[in-house]
Amino acid sequence: MKRISTVKILQETSFYGAVTFFFVLAAFPFYWMLITSFKENADLYSVSNIPFWFNAPPTLEHFRYLFEKTLFATWLLNSFIIGLCVTAITLVTALPAAYSLARMTGRNGEALGIGIFLTYLVPPTLLFLPLSRVVAELGLQNSMWSLVVVYPTFTIPFCTWLMMGFFKAMPPEIEEAAIVDGCSLFGAFVKMAIPLSLPGILTVVIFTFTLTLQEFVYALTFVSSSAEKPITLGVATDLIRGDIFFWGEIMAGALIASIPVAIAYNLFLDRFIAGITGGAIK
Amino acid sequence: MVTIGESVIRPASRLRFILDRRDVLGSFFVAPAILYVLLLVGVPFLMALYYSVSAYTIYDPSWSFVGLENFEDIIDDPVFRQTLYNTFIFTFGSQILGLILGKFGALVLLRRFPGRGFVRAMIILPWAVPIALATVAWQWMFDSLYSVINWTLIALGIVARSDAPNWLGDPTLAMLSVIVVNAWRFFPFAIVIFLAGITAVPQDVLDAATVDGAGFWRRNYQIIVPMILPIVAIGLVFGIVFTFTDLSVVFLMTMGGPVGATSVLGFQGFQTGIVSGDVSHGAAISLFMVPVLLVVVIAMLRFIRRREI
Repeated sequence: MKRISTVKILQETSFYGAVTFFFVLAAFPFYWMLITSFKENADLYSVSNIPFWFNAPPTLEHFRYLFEKTLFATWLLNSFIIGLCVTAITLVTALPAAYSLARMTGRNGEALGIGIFLTYLVPPTLLFLPLSRVVAELGLQNSMWSLVVVYPTFTIPFCTWLMMGFFKAMPPEIEEAAIVDGCSLFGAFVKMAIPLSLPGILTVVIFTFTLTLQEFVYALTFVSSSAEKPITLGVATDLIRGDIFFWGEIMAGALIASIPVAIAYNLFLDRFIAGITGGAIK
Repeated sequence: MVTIGESVIRPASRLRFILDRRDVLGSFFVAPAILYVLLLVGVPFLMALYYSVSAYTIYDPSWSFVGLENFEDIIDDPVFRQTLYNTFIFTFGSQILGLILGKFGALVLLRRFPGRGFVRAMIILPWAVPIALATVAWQWMFDSLYSVINWTLIALGIVARSDAPNWLGDPTLAMLSVIVVNAWRFFPFAIVIFLAGITAVPQDVLDAATVDGAGFWRRNYQIIVPMILPIVAIGLVFGIVFTFTDLSVVFLMTMGGPVGATSVLGFQGFQTGIVSGDVSHGAAISLFMVPVLLVVVIAMLRFIRRREI
């Protein structure tokens, strides 16, 4: 009896040990962002202080500097505009495409859908050279609008695939009933399919937005003037003067940009996984 | 009946009639997406192919054909061979580490315990947060002077301050660092994929195996792993493609250094094609990704097809 409880205690301890390990592994860099962004410089750049906690009172100095002395607010606005435009382009093209591939084109649709999805796997590092020429031809070099043009190349395939899964999971009888009642095919799509797939559309909006926030390679390649940068690029490359990194400001900026994405992912994770696997596995 | 009706109605209605045909409207619906992708992925890909066999640079934008000269040049370059080798090490190192962490993380999260929702939310973060920002946080943690990792090692008495590791300054440690950061970024995705697969395994199959005497490991490796293999394969395809072609982690953490020790294909393509303006050689370097991508994509297609049968 006693031996069993010892084994049990050992098991429980190692289990919670594993939980702690994964928790610390995943969360520590973000804790580090948080504490760095609120520390005074004197506290930050000292090898004798214990780095895990405040040795001097917390300060908002880095956040103040970020908003008053850098283009941080501009980058935030740029990212917001880019996200909004790319989301609009993606919805207008991917929704009908996904509906068509799920409902209207039969066996060919399946193959075409896989084909579109595969383009999502074509990496930016393969296309950035020719695309920078395309961007130059369009007169958009060094402008955030180049990103509005280029980002749909990965959001459209991704969202078409995601929405295909949602449309396939919807019973076709609803639209059929609408058509029998005198609705046109187009009307059935606009009046029945779209309202009924609102949860899916919301997922697409959230993920298009986060994909544009996460993108780094195209932004780095096409945009070099500070005022045109999106937030990820600005924080990662623009807060360095010569060899000096402004760590407090960099971490504060990274923190602000990370929070909305982190919340969105956690709220929509299950739908996202259902979308990805729903397209691939029946 | 239909032909008579059609000849009477006005052109506007004729358009409606055409749009009511399932296949026609279907093509209209799918055309914008396909056009967009063809114009901005298909055409640039062909351009990249042509760049790689031309003498194109930003200083001399001629399209003269030079055959396979660019490829010969880069294969002869020891820096490039090192880059190719690095790319494989970087990809497989971080994928294996990520998969191991993912598998065990999934086993941990499978069990119910108080606070599981919160722990899961925090574990998702490395994958959710923009990689460029997380990489910068790691760069700060690996700082040569104020590294929190070194501070901890010194405080625990594992290393002396005088010979504390310079994570991003030593070739081996720098490679290890970028691998760890990339594995760190992918393991939450692996956990999520494993969890989705494991929860899809029917409980009665597991119960039947338990009744037949299968223990924990046997259930794990002879039932669960084979059953979740397809979904894990899809996750792995994502992981390999995005790691093999990565630029952000290396660019922000090490700039390919020290002395090319962490240079990978994406990074060198960027340095050569964009920074130095030697577009043709840059394109040739980037195209070395294509064979790997093709293998991965074919493997994925076969998996999808097998699911359908």
